[in-house]
Parts: sequence; structure tokens; C-alpha cells
Amino acid sequence: MSDPSIETVGMDSLIVRLFDNIDEENMPWMLAADRALREAFGEALIDLVPSYTTLLVHYDIQRLDLQAARARVSEALKGLTPVTSGEGQRHVIPVWYDVSVGPELERIAERLGGSQEDVIARHCARDYSVFALGFAPGYAFMGRLDDALATPRLKTPRQKVAAGSVAIAERQTAVYPTLSPGGWNIVGRTAVALFGRDREGYSLFRPGDKVRFEAISREAFIEQGGDPTPLAERGDTPTEAQA
Amino acid sequence: MKGLIVERAGPLALIQDGGRFGVRHLGVTQGGAADWVSLGWANWLLGNAPQAPGVEITVGGLTLYAEAPATLALTGADLGATLDDEPLVPGCRFTIAAGQRLAFESPRAGLRAYLAFPGGLDATPVLGSVASTVRESLGGLDGQGRVLTEGDCLTWSGGAGPERTLPSGVGTLPGDGERVTLALVGGAQIADFSGTSVFEAFNTAWTIDQRTDRMGVRLTGPELHYQGEGMVSEGIPLGAVQVPADGQPIILLNDRQTIGGYPRLGALTPLACSRLAQCQPGTEVWLTPVAAGQARDVHLRQLACWG
Repeated sequence: MSDPSIETVGMDSLIVRLFDNIDEENMPWMLAADRALREAFGEALIDLVPSYTTLLVHYDIQRLDLQAARARVSEALKGLTPVTSGEGQRHVIPVWYDVSVGPELERIAERLGGSQEDVIARHCARDYSVFALGFAPGYAFMGRLDDALATPRLKTPRQKVAAGSVAIAERQTAVYPTLSPGGWNIVGRTAVALFGRDREGYSLFRPGDKVRFEAISREAFIEQGGDPTPLAERGDTPTEAQA
Repeated sequence: MKGLIVERAGPLALIQDGGRFGVRHLGVTQGGAADWVSLGWANWLLGNAPQAPGVEITVGGLTLYAEAPATLALTGADLGATLDDEPLVPGCRFTIAAGQRLAFESPRAGLRAYLAFPGGLDATPVLGSVASTVRESLGGLDGQGRVLTEGDCLTWSGGAGPERTLPSGVGTLPGDGERVTLALVGGAQIADFSGTSVFEAFNTAWTIDQRTDRMGVRLTGPELHYQGEGMVSEGIPLGAVQVPADGQPIILLNDRQTIGGYPRLGALTPLACSRLAQCQPGTEVWLTPVAAGQARDVHLRQLACWG
């Protein structure tokens, strides 16, 4: 970890920058900073939003001014000890990989120069780290994806991506928790619920968790409560530009 | 239970409070009243907590039928409100008798009106708030975030406090022709914009674009140039002024995404956001720099008004 910077980004918010680039190796430090900042701010914390390399601290200006908030950040970052891996949860997510619910299986197979089975095998072959949550409640950005599967986002995002859709963009993968618009390549669908108001902590995935996907049959997917309705819209041609 | 029945829903009437906090790390947006100052004054008129649940009426088109008498308060935009066809000027506390209708037509000044109820509207908080976020299916009357719909019944459980009238000059919108100045706390990637762009940001009459909603407001004007490197997505505060590749700023409001990767000039103050939330497309606005400490002082003074 390089020297962290503390940046003003608004009247009541600071960005704590720990790294410059996305890297799995960041996670133990990011988790440690998350804990330390929560502890240091206590009641004066309104929201703490970690991302790949930074944490946004939204503090209560009725309790702290800018100088006091900066001082708390500095104090929290002193003597940070990385949170050892293995403390996060491990999840195995069963996925029905099929072109009817994951139309971009075809395109990714073509890019790979292999079969759809090859794509599935590679997607299931490694543990992914949850880097950050964002975009929608419970939407987890995970990586790193096998280089051979890396695929740019769709040029025009779909208006409707079904809940449970398993997706790929560049060297990241994710699952859409609820029906939403989306520009990622869809390769399959899971019946696992990712976000719920009645779930402890609301979100299944948390930063630092490890996720592995496991291919299952259509029958098993339906038995788990999955909805096999095909994805209505076909994705358009991918572009090298970022969506 | 008797209350106010939605007879005509209009395009966008939402139950809102101060917003949903403590869950943004899960990807859940902040939500809450876009013009939180107007909601605060509406609640103050009834003796409620400043951000007690009320209705945010965007653009108008809403008609409510009273099954029971009530004391209510109306602030914010002038949407041509009437009480049984008698004009109702925003910035007031009023009583509605059983059988009367409260109707909103179309914007005359501003965009969003706020209606407060004795003790606040009844709605069950979801993740700590009743703020309706349609995109996330959270909050509102049914907990699913949907907009008010014909047949919905608005109820409340509290009583109105002693009669109050607004101090002069608050709870209503500045008049026509008054220059709209939005205070911006500079920061984030501001140093990575060209000097000309930073000058232009603060010395331009920016125009509010048609593309404006609770997520963000797009401004049109000179093209701003970011000279820094590509960014990794990071947390976004309320009012963040982000500049995508086309150089036209987007100011992110209550329903913004929690993280994003566009460079930013800093963020409008929450007070400036509340003002921006009342600007119709085509309005000219000016950005003016303010120090975080000074912005905090002004903000605390606003909160102190409500005791």
C-alpha cells in the first residue's frame, strides 16, 4: 500500500485513496481500512462506501468539521493491519448456463475460439473476489476473470436484464440481483437470491467474499426456483469502447 | 382507515423523507426529498420532525380527495394547486374538510411541491427509510418503491402542532429573473481539468437540459476538458459534478448510483442541490466556489431554523 491520500470531495464527504489500480491484493487493506474507519467515526459516520481502491466517508457535519473528520481518518489509518484472507465468506453459486438465458455465451465462445462448454468450464474454474458493491442493491463486482473470457460491454445496454443473470464485462463478472437495465454480457442465470430486505445484512455478497460458480442443468435450476424465461432482448454487437 | 385518496396520480408523486442512510455500501442509493429544504419547512409548519415522511409532487397532475378533515402544509414549487378550485399558494398551512379535493395542475414556478401531514405520513420504513426509489423497488406506501397510484390512501397518525407561519423569504422559490447560483465545494479531480475549463465552470451561464430526474441533472454549456488518467470507480457524494467524455457536466442527486468512474469537479452543497431540484429545463444556473467550512456553517444555520 502506498501512502494513503485524504481528498475533499464535498461539504461532508472525504475520499480515502489507498491504491491506484484494481487488484485482488488490495482487498485485505481495504477491509482493514473499512473496519478502522467505522470504528474511528462511530456515530459521526453517515455512510462509508468502499470501492476498488478508495473509501468514501460521508460524515455528520453536526458532529464534525472538515479538520476533525480528516484527523479521524488519519488516526484510523495509523498502524493498519491487513485483514487476512479467509475471513470473508465463501459462496458457491449454481448457474444454468444456456444461450436462452445467456445469449452472449455464443459471442464469448467465438472470441475464445472454443465451444460454449469451454466458456462455462473457464468461468467455473476459479474463485472470484468481491471487489465492490454498486450499480444496484447487492450488485457485486467480482474478478479477476480468466483473460480469455474478457469481453467488452455491449454497445447499447439492454433495457431489461432478468434477475439472477450472470454477467461478464472486461475482466470482471457479476450477477444482476433484480430486473434492471444492463450492458454486460449475459452467460447464464442463477436462482439464488442476492439481496433481500429480510436477509441478515441485506446483501448475500460483501467485499472480500470469495465466489465460485458451478454449472447446473435446466432441471436443477427450475427445482431451485429459477425462472427459465428466455432473455427477451438479444444483445447487440460489442464495442471496444467502455459502456 | 380514512385519509386522503389519490383520485388522479399524475406522472410522479412519491413518498419521501430525508433519505436512506447507512446502506450505501450495499449499493443502495440515498433517495429522499430532492428539495429537502422545502420538505423541512412543510414539516416545520405542522411541528413535525424536519424530514418526516411527506409527498413529493413532481410537475403536478395529482388530485387528492379527503375522506377525513386534516391540517396539512404545502411548500416548494407552484404547481397551480387548488383546494376545491380555490387557488392555494405554496408556503402555507391549511385545513382540508372531508369531501374536499386538493389538486395540482402544472408547474408555474419550480418543479417539485411538498405536502406534509400531521406527525408525518404513515408508511413502513424499508432499510431505515420510507424514501421511494422506483429503480430499487424500495420504500413508499407498499415498501416496493412505486409511485403514488390511483386509489392509494394516504394516512397519518399524529396531530398538527400550534399554528405557525413561515418566516418571510423561506419555503418558497426565488422569483423570475433572479439569478440561480449554486455553491460548489471544489475537490475530487478538479486539479486535473484544464485551467480554461475550471475558469469556464465558474463563469458560465449553464443551461439545465431536458435530461433531468432524481438521479441527476445534465447541464449544457462549454465543453470541459479533463486531462487526468482514466479512473477506477469510486463512491459518489450528493451533488457530485461529474464530467463524462462529452464535457457536459451532470450533477448527481438523491437517486444517483453509489459508485462511478467519471472525473468530478467537486460537489454542490446539499442546499444548492435542493435549489437545483426546483430548476426547470431551460433555466440558466451559475456555479460558484465555496469552502467546505463555509458551506457547513450555512448548512448548520438552515438546520437550526427547524430547532
